[in-house]
Amino acid sequence: MTARPLAAGLVLALLVLASLGLGAAQIGPGAAAGEGWTTLVLMESRLPRTLAVLLTGAALAVAGVVIQSLVRNRFVGPDTAGTGESAALGLLAITLLAPGAPIWVKMVVASLSAMAGTALFLQIVRRLPVREVMLVPIAGLVLSGIIGAVVTWIAWEADLLQFVGTWLMSGEFSGVIAGRYELLWIAGAAAGLAWFAADRFAILSLGDQVATGLGLSTRGVMRLGMVVVSVVSAMVVTTVGMIPFVGLVVPNIVARVMGDNLRASIPVVAAGGAGLLLACDLVGRIVRHPYEIPVGTILGVVGSVIFLWLLYRPAVRG
Amino acid sequence: MIRIEGVTHRIGAAPILHDIDLTLPRGKLIALIGPNGAGKSTLLRLIARLEPLQAGRIEIDGLDLATTPTERLALTMAVMGQQTHIASRLRVAELVGFGRWPHHHGRPKAADREAVRQALEAFGLTLLKDRFLDEISGGQAQRAHLAMTFAQGTDWLLLDEPLNNLDMAHSRALMARLADLVRGSARSVVTVVHEVNYAAAWADHVVAMKGGRVVAEGPPETVLTEPVLSALYDTPVEVMRHDDRPLVLHHHWHDQLGTPLPVRTDTDRPTLH
Repeated sequence: MTARPLAAGLVLALLVLASLGLGAAQIGPGAAAGEGWTTLVLMESRLPRTLAVLLTGAALAVAGVVIQSLVRNRFVGPDTAGTGESAALGLLAITLLAPGAPIWVKMVVASLSAMAGTALFLQIVRRLPVREVMLVPIAGLVLSGIIGAVVTWIAWEADLLQFVGTWLMSGEFSGVIAGRYELLWIAGAAAGLAWFAADRFAILSLGDQVATGLGLSTRGVMRLGMVVVSVVSAMVVTTVGMIPFVGLVVPNIVARVMGDNLRASIPVVAAGGAGLLLACDLVGRIVRHPYEIPVGTILGVVGSVIFLWLLYRPAVRG
Repeated sequence: MIRIEGVTHRIGAAPILHDIDLTLPRGKLIALIGPNGAGKSTLLRLIARLEPLQAGRIEIDGLDLATTPTERLALTMAVMGQQTHIASRLRVAELVGFGRWPHHHGRPKAADREAVRQALEAFGLTLLKDRFLDEISGGQAQRAHLAMTFAQGTDWLLLDEPLNNLDMAHSRALMARLADLVRGSARSVVTVVHEVNYAAAWADHVVAMKGGRVVAEGPPETVLTEPVLSALYDTPVEVMRHDDRPLVLHHHWHDQLGTPLPVRTDTDRPTLH
């Protein structure tokens, strides 16, 4: 059992090294740290990009665990609950109403708007018949579609379609340089918060009866979960765009292997999300080198294959 | 002591409970019986604060349900609702471990681990403790939930039809365990039971409900009688004595149902293998 985390850590470390070394600009391992060009590329581009990918992957995967325990359904992710689109709507609104607002105000508005969208999703889910598990993801997709359409329409009216496109189109990291990704640390912090409340989310997913019986304030935990999911989605969407599937498939794979004891599984989910996203980002960088394919596109392919495999393959006995 | 005063409850427009006044004594195994739709589960769920109180007042060991924080109540009463399907993929030991959560809020101590071990052992789950809940049978999952409730270690246990899914041996074992808990550790148990003979054999105090009202309460000898039970369930019953307790017979009144069965001949006898 101790071999598995070691191997996983080694894979992640190799991916990080590859990410630091690969890109349009050539830098070699032979080049000493003192060499200006190598240092510049590393510190201004490669390292920020690698960190951005790791933070995004980890935070999205953890947000996936959280939203799945809030709605008690494995077939949803932060990207299929209308959260990202709601964040975009908030950001669009603040851009139109107060274009000069400082960046932190914009981020707060985007997060609050994402929270409102998530709350709406949870309200809808509460009204669905419990046994119809597939209605939950469908409701999420419909809600995402509607809010996304509203964003597109307003942006079209206001001639801001290109501006909005960077959030709603498939996300990518090629534009990440030092100074343009740091908001993702907030997403990482929100994921860390989820780990501190891991037991609460695990108990909440046992149902309202059990949670109440154990003295848990279900409303409080729901609110905390909404904050985590919304902040992660808002930061990711506004910094790098929509990243599909990470928050959906990683929690599912980890739950199959190690179950839903979130105190133990959230770190694994975070590492898994980071690793998956970094691997896909690397593929996107390699396939048409020196050009790039957006990681969102790669994930769309890889993620849907993994998801179909999850749907058709019954759970392994652990 | 649980004190229930003037509790009335509706679901939508439908009245479920009518102005219930009831005192449940401490240190007893209390069975709530009655026909379907009598309001037993609703009353239990109200005591367990699983439903919001609409009218009236409920106090448990002096704690007013309406004003006491839910985490404080979790140290006084443990609750097992009617089994709903749980999609969460936990191991048996992890589920039972959550029973201690009200005590440690995430940092289990040696005493918590010991309580979990004992609860697993008490419900015959020691060998299943590392299995996932979705890989065991419904009855085994039911026992895991019961073990979680036991591990909580509260003075009061509130159980809504805990015998669902349990076979004869495990049902009997559970009732014996509950009785043991009451007599050995001075704890109090309130449980909804459908099969009156479990109440007859094990309960200290029986509360009979019908149509949202309490129609009788007291020791089994006074409540589990032919007139009370026949009126309660609208079906003829015969009460005998067995093991110095009431034994209710109600499976044998075919003629009263208007479908007399042919008299058995020897050839109909089942053969034993």
